[in-house]
Amino acid sequence: MDLMKLTAVELGKKIKAKEVTVKEAVEAAFARIEKMEGKINSFVTTDKEAALRRAGEVQKLIDDGTLTGPLAGVPVAVKDNMCTSGMLTTCSSKILENFVPTYTAEAVLNLERAGAVVLGKTNMDEFAMGSTTETSAYGVTRNPWNTEHVPGGSSGGSCTAVAAEECSFALGSDTGGSIRQPSSFCGVTGIKPTYGTVSRYGLIAYGSSLDQIGPIAKDVTDCAAILEAIASYDPKDSTSVKRDSYDFTSALTDDVKGMRIGIPKDYFTDGLDSEVKDAIMKAAEELKKKGAIVEEFDLSLVEYAIPAYYIIASAEASSNLARFDGVKYGYRTSEYEGLHNMYKRTRSEGFGAEVKRRIMLGSFVLSSGYYDAYYIKALKTKALIKQAFDKAFERFDVILAPAAPTTAPKLGESLSDPIKMYLGDIYTISVNLAGLPGITVPCGVDSKGLPIGMQLLGDCFQEKKIIRAAYSFEQTRSYVRCPICEEGGSLDE
Amino acid sequence: MAERITDETIEYVGILAKLELSDEEKEQAKKDMTNMLNYIDKLNELDTDGVEPMSHVFPVNNVFREDVVTNGDERERILANAPAKKDGSFKVPKTVE
Repeated sequence: MDLMKLTAVELGKKIKAKEVTVKEAVEAAFARIEKMEGKINSFVTTDKEAALRRAGEVQKLIDDGTLTGPLAGVPVAVKDNMCTSGMLTTCSSKILENFVPTYTAEAVLNLERAGAVVLGKTNMDEFAMGSTTETSAYGVTRNPWNTEHVPGGSSGGSCTAVAAEECSFALGSDTGGSIRQPSSFCGVTGIKPTYGTVSRYGLIAYGSSLDQIGPIAKDVTDCAAILEAIASYDPKDSTSVKRDSYDFTSALTDDVKGMRIGIPKDYFTDGLDSEVKDAIMKAAEELKKKGAIVEEFDLSLVEYAIPAYYIIASAEASSNLARFDGVKYGYRTSEYEGLHNMYKRTRSEGFGAEVKRRIMLGSFVLSSGYYDAYYIKALKTKALIKQAFDKAFERFDVILAPAAPTTAPKLGESLSDPIKMYLGDIYTISVNLAGLPGITVPCGVDSKGLPIGMQLLGDCFQEKKIIRAAYSFEQTRSYVRCPICEEGGSLDE
Repeated sequence: MAERITDETIEYVGILAKLELSDEEKEQAKKDMTNMLNYIDKLNELDTDGVEPMSHVFPVNNVFREDVVTNGDERERILANAPAKKDGSFKVPKTVE
């Protein structure tokens, strides 16, 4: 039996039924990691010894009846911007090349409480700034569907680890689409929850008003179960929201009868690849066949989301990344004259080009004389975008949209033109500005053999609606494994 | 509009950002920032008069708690990450003459 082929919930059931031990599951994951890493590089760090030790502890807790949840004993990969006590956490940056946190992020802690076993930390765009996982200081991650292509980003390593079956599921973070876009490019499922649902405590901040942690897995059932495990009210995160309910799995029903689904006409413009468009429209037909009421509408303001996002995210990044100064942790330059010179050199040598670009832009838009013209203007735009979504959700339960305008581009094609790369985030970014939940589910494969994903967006706190719609759609289509997984994982050419 | 990013602006932003850029990086930064600001200027098409700036989607208030220590002494573990330390403290270059 290939344990890594199973979904997280399927594997959890087998562990619970004593058909599989936790140790066997963890060993299967590492066997797979050893086979795949040379070609795709999903991980910055793995710790087999710690995982096996933890496997033993978890097995005892399962055996004595302490752990009974669906994720007990299941191997997980965690994006390298979540702090893990005693395990290197780099944010894929040189400036944190040697940072070993003294505490664990609340979301990861919640998973550990549920009995999941952390395998290691996944590669990402440096400080989550990027859409390709090419800006990592620890090498690019490749798309397992075709290693000439990017996996998307910034949670690229988490998505490839799931797609290439190196873990049973993964955690990612999403500031402007960083879970949903790479999920689309890698043919997996990922949720960006409503802002405030999952604690950001221990998540190394990029754009604090936009960042959310979420699950990445093979199917909607896994994502709902994982979200249920990681979501919590946390007094340590001042923007954590006390929700009425943390139940998401009860929404796993194949029923969209009467559900009102809106398709934003203004998302289907020139920039959208025709094969992606066709796949989304076909998905809409499937949902219609199941009894959903599908209608087109004008969302409006679509083209203003990206400029507003880059002002807000860069502004917050310039402030959040001020803490990396070579004093308390991480990299420090070797030669300097005095304190300020030490700060400057440390940061200049420690940060990569994209991070510096955003810190510079952020410092500029917050500087005296430009603050109103840029930063306040962006916050006003954000208010208008939120209003546009509020209006849409008066009419619709769920919005159906592409996750990205194209399938995964080739490696090396994106970074030379930042604005063009930013435009690729057009369908994901406004969701973060408005704080909404969104899910990406695979809905097709293009003529190049690359997966296509669709997004279902809900109003704030309406995760259950998007989970129900996604689950219903998923029943019309079986999970497509990436070709190298079908070939038994042989990557030899 | 592109003229507004001058060498002086890049110098000034470099000070704010605590970044020391090489001449080549400065030229690139000037180009990148000009392009980005030209693109961002699209927002000026939008009439936002009378719109309240939204910093958070949900009404957020200050979150208060009792000032009670809940974690233990982690000095050694924390200092283990320090690039330089001395006598149980972070060591930095001399700041006061």
